Amino acid sequence: MFDAGGKKKLVEVTNLKMHFPIFGGIMRRHVGDVKAVDGVSFDIYEGETLGLVGESGCGKSTCGRAILRLYELTDGSVRIDGTDIASWSPEELRQVRPTMQMVFQDPQASLNPRMTVAAIIGEPLDEHAKSSKAERLDRIYELMDAVGLNRDFANRYPHEFSGGQRQRIGIARALALNPKFIVCDEPIAALDVSIQAQVVNLLEDLQDKLGLTYLFISHDLSMVRHIADRVAVMYLGKVVELASRDQLYNDPKHPYTQALLSAVPEPDPAIEDTGERIILTGDVPSPANPPKGCNFCTRCPKVMDICRREDPVFKTVEKGRQVACHLYEAYQPAEETAA
Amino acid sequence: MPDGALPVLEVKNLKTVFRTRQGEVHAVNSVSFDLKPGELLGVVGESGSGKSVTMMSLIGLLPSPPAEVRNGQVLFGDRDLLQADDDTLRSIRGARIGFIFQDPMTSLNPVFTVGFQLMEPLRKHMGMSKAQARKRAKELLELVGIPDAAQRLKDFPHQFSGGMRQRVMIAIALACDPQVLIADEPTTALDVTIQAQILELVKELRQKLGMAIVWITHDLGVIAGIADRVIVMYGGQIVEHAPVRELFGNPQHPYTRALLQTIPTVHGGRAERLRVIDGQPPMLGAQPAACPFRARCTHRMDRCNRENPMRVAVGPDHDAACFWHPETGGERDV
Repeated sequence: MFDAGGKKKLVEVTNLKMHFPIFGGIMRRHVGDVKAVDGVSFDIYEGETLGLVGESGCGKSTCGRAILRLYELTDGSVRIDGTDIASWSPEELRQVRPTMQMVFQDPQASLNPRMTVAAIIGEPLDEHAKSSKAERLDRIYELMDAVGLNRDFANRYPHEFSGGQRQRIGIARALALNPKFIVCDEPIAALDVSIQAQVVNLLEDLQDKLGLTYLFISHDLSMVRHIADRVAVMYLGKVVELASRDQLYNDPKHPYTQALLSAVPEPDPAIEDTGERIILTGDVPSPANPPKGCNFCTRCPKVMDICRREDPVFKTVEKGRQVACHLYEAYQPAEETAA
Repeated sequence: MPDGALPVLEVKNLKTVFRTRQGEVHAVNSVSFDLKPGELLGVVGESGSGKSVTMMSLIGLLPSPPAEVRNGQVLFGDRDLLQADDDTLRSIRGARIGFIFQDPMTSLNPVFTVGFQLMEPLRKHMGMSKAQARKRAKELLELVGIPDAAQRLKDFPHQFSGGMRQRVMIAIALACDPQVLIADEPTTALDVTIQAQILELVKELRQKLGMAIVWITHDLGVIAGIADRVIVMYGGQIVEHAPVRELFGNPQHPYTRALLQTIPTVHGGRAERLRVIDGQPPMLGAQPAACPFRARCTHRMDRCNRENPMRVAVGPDHDAACFWHPETGGERDV
């Protein structure tokens, strides 16, 4: 679980598959599967932020939930802190839940409107920690301080807060049990631009202070560039490229990553005028019926014959960089095999 | 964009108030702007800044009650739309002023075919026969780049993807050759690669058809790529207005400046830490007697708490509603 550089792998995802069955016909027979996540492998090192980007429907949220075992996995393994939780029973899982938490997209929907802020933040403590009433309250206040909420608001209800403050409540709840690993599923997508920066800075501060590891799921490529150390790009249930932030943004390899980055509008008219934009034609195919060969072959501007026949392997093409594309050759350095 | 041409749409001192049980909400306060023929005017602001309400007020799309347009003039052609009766408004909406809404799923009717919804304005406003309307509907779908248009006319909205639905919405808005097109966050619900497709389409259609467009968005990146002039709204007011390059190159209002520093980018430099605008947008419970941005502004002065700044010219075709002068750091002479 240590790589060559001595960094500890906190999360190791291997060949993760999450298929949802489709039932059809009068007999409601099993007629197919939506392959939401179809063979995804990556590692997350301790203390880092892995960004997971992609368009809607590419399976990034499903992937995040599957890693926390919020679904029964179809296939694959998820090792968190060295133990494979893919096949654990609910009771066993309950024991390890405190180490892994989640921050959800919509703070309005993920907070119970009938519970006070103190009750929401305290609920994980009731469930997992045996603490006295006074200790519990102390911890709640401590958490509220940590995320920048005024202690006086402990007895208020979620509707009395703005979107950004609600997301702070969600973050405080995720922090309650001192987790090591937090899946942030589009935590800023529902917030206004000027509030997004506040929440992102908070997440970064907490990471520095508490040594947290994040999986940051987002469709906002510019925000992921800001927060992530490494970035994985997903398309139709598969990771097509995984690289360090600077590698990915300065020199995208996969044609999909290139198109995705060039499609992001730049808030500077001078760059906008000069920028050569790759416009992809068509839409994302259905994950229930992905194309033969490479998943991206129907929209790829650089498509070749082989792409329509063979699914490209997800291979290392440079140090610390993996791409699933026929355009690139695998690279086999001597020192990498030591891991 | 022809300079000095007579504006197609002129809005003066528009004020819209919502009456709620908790009291009045002053959503739009003394908003004035004009739209020249063939130009694309971008309207930027956060949610609740009043950008959508302003546009809906123009053509009487807000339900009243609770909404009430208190004051102002909306000059379109030789008419004040705020004084016009319902029949007149109905003959203008969809015919001479087209609309594109944010969410293409909820703004198309799921129980009618796309063809029917496209032909409806053509038959109503243009008096076309069914056959004529069908022919024109097919042309419109081709215009917005939907392949196999004749067949797709018979399909229902759920048979289209999000991007294709937004194309249908654009086709409907363009059906009667409007002089003005109002697009309310038309790409917000779409993915970036699909958004790029729609932006390309709009640029192309503008050249072909030459209508004036009001483009509402919260995404400064979209604005930078598409707009000629930009209005920045905050707290129900216009705080800055400038041509697009001027706005991005020489922003004057502290809110615009802060906003431009807050957003991270995909290209160019990467800040170690994001700049933050502290605090929350204001509640618009009362008639604003002071600057709406004062609580979050890093340059506030005593005067900001007493007076609501008027928009003053700060450059050619560029005005800002602020007492602070970015160059001198002191008070502006107003």
